[in-house]
Amino acid sequence: MNSGAKRFLIAAILVAAVVSAFSAQFNRYYLGVVIDIGINVILAVSLNLINGHTGQFSLGHAGFMAVGAYAAAKISIVFSDKIPAQLAPVLFVAALLSGGLLAALSGLAVGVPTLRLRGDYLAIVTLGFGEIIRVVLQNMESVGAASGLKNIPHDTNLFWAWAFAAITVFVVTSIVNSTYGRGFIAVHDDEIAASSIGVNPVRYKVTAFVFGAFFAGIAGGLYAHHKQFLSPTGFDFLKSIDIVMMVILGGMGRTAGVIVAAVLLTLLPEFLRGFAEYRMILYSLLIIVLMILRPQGLFNFKNPWRAKA
Amino acid sequence: MAGQGMSASLLQLENVTIRFGGLTAVSELDLQIGAGELVGLIGPNGAGKTTVFNLITGVYQPTAGKISFASAPTAKLKAHHLARRGIARTFQNIRLFSSLTVFDNVRAAAQLHCERRVINSLWRGRAFREGEQEIARQVMELLEIFQLGKFRDESAKSLPYGDQRRLEIVRALATKPKLLLLDEPAAGMNPTEKVELARLIRFIKDKFQISILLVEHDMQLVMEICERIVVLDYGIKIAEGNPDEVRKNPKVIAAYLGD
Ligand SMILES: Nc1ncnc2c1ncn2[C@@H]1O[C@H](COP(=O)(O)OP(=O)(O)OP(=O)(O)O)[C@@H](O)[C@H]1O
Ligand SMILES: [Mg+2]
Repeated sequence: MNSGAKRFLIAAILVAAVVSAFSAQFNRYYLGVVIDIGINVILAVSLNLINGHTGQFSLGHAGFMAVGAYAAAKISIVFSDKIPAQLAPVLFVAALLSGGLLAALSGLAVGVPTLRLRGDYLAIVTLGFGEIIRVVLQNMESVGAASGLKNIPHDTNLFWAWAFAAITVFVVTSIVNSTYGRGFIAVHDDEIAASSIGVNPVRYKVTAFVFGAFFAGIAGGLYAHHKQFLSPTGFDFLKSIDIVMMVILGGMGRTAGVIVAAVLLTLLPEFLRGFAEYRMILYSLLIIVLMILRPQGLFNFKNPWRAKA
Repeated sequence: MAGQGMSASLLQLENVTIRFGGLTAVSELDLQIGAGELVGLIGPNGAGKTTVFNLITGVYQPTAGKISFASAPTAKLKAHHLARRGIARTFQNIRLFSSLTVFDNVRAAAQLHCERRVINSLWRGRAFREGEQEIARQVMELLEIFQLGKFRDESAKSLPYGDQRRLEIVRALATKPKLLLLDEPAAGMNPTEKVELARLIRFIKDKFQISILLVEHDMQLVMEICERIVVLDYGIKIAEGNPDEVRKNPKVIAAYLGD
């Protein structure tokens, strides 16, 4: 199991590098979609650590993504013409990591006070957090305020998007599948029983939340250097719902399912371009169908984690 | 100071009271458990037995009185702190981790004594892998002792009722406790399983050298295996002594008949 996870990581990064080397031959539109898929996999798998494995309900993933996106973009814009060209990738990765860390810090600031409270509060507080971030960005002149942040260097390519997606999958599955990580699922299943065996539920919840926010921040940075333009409206409540949909559709706590859902829900709007306005109706229908097929309730999805130790 | 010479008790409750609104669930309770002792806690329904467990394990804080474990006060400590100090328990309504396998239910508890944290699980170096193997070995050893090894990859909630109760005991033991609290372990078991349970509880006490506090409605079981029995009624201790003394105590007879 252990070396298997590491092998997966190395193999996935190699594949990303090889495919990326040929990316000049691809249709630019398809290339863009494939990068979107990588970014959405990061968002969905990291939210799954919070909402799926640990059983919280966060609605703030777009907010953490925004923090990472704006921080990374601003760093790139400020420093890109002050460094030699061959250092550009280093600056890019440093910008991504800074964005991730800032998102993780905001995750800590939001998580520590709220995760002590009962589950439902988290949904409300994270919802509020996402909206606050959006409003703040809308009024911050240094990042373009409502007209958006332009001229972000085009640093994200297929390699970076997929390599970070692979890292996210590796980190989340490695944490959850360790003896330490059984604690996340223990907290998800029964907090009282979890604390009776020495697991501190608050600590586990905060850990999941901070890791989730970190990767949402990384995804934001990748997104910024992919689209080269950021607008606060792109990180609204509906964006968070998009990510939540991926986790629900994939089956809470099942990483493979969530990856498939992230791919599907990236492709679906592309196929349905003409019906863009109806996307939310489609999502609602999806939820209703799921509800009928899973009468035990969507947010109470329980499935045996069969770890081959 | 009294110190070493006295047989220092492992767990000590002094004058412990807890009120829920107008209801006094436990009233001025004194209770001591020495190292290696097997003590029974009995009483009619609603007497406050489970509440005593919740007080000892830090789920509730007493309204008044003092609890100390291994000579240190437990006030303000949370359940997970007390688990670290060596108090483990089972639950009256089984609380297994339903999405984990039998093996992982116990492994989750074994993590208490592995100081490997997030970073180690990412790097997965040699020390981490050896640590994980060692934990897996200990978990399997425990499961085998209780004949649960064959179920290792089954989902915990798919086990028969009696096996779920025993799995909860195994999970508690995986935290390597000094004191084990069992809340009605025989509930829902058939007579054969109860005989086996009595043997098991004695075996646990001897093999792991721990103290046990047993809440149980099955009088025969309690009388058979406990050295000392404490009787609660409406949150008040009405009797304490060896099985014979308790059996003959008129207050105890009245409490049970009047119920
Ligand atoms: N959290 C709580 N809030 C309010 N009342 C409570 C709470 N916990 C327990 N009680 C009350 O305290 C009393 C003692 O309950 P407890 O569960 O400790 O009894 P018990 O001796 O374990 O009974 P049983 O044999 O039925 O398990 C009951 O009247 C119960 O309703
Ligand atoms: Mg009870």
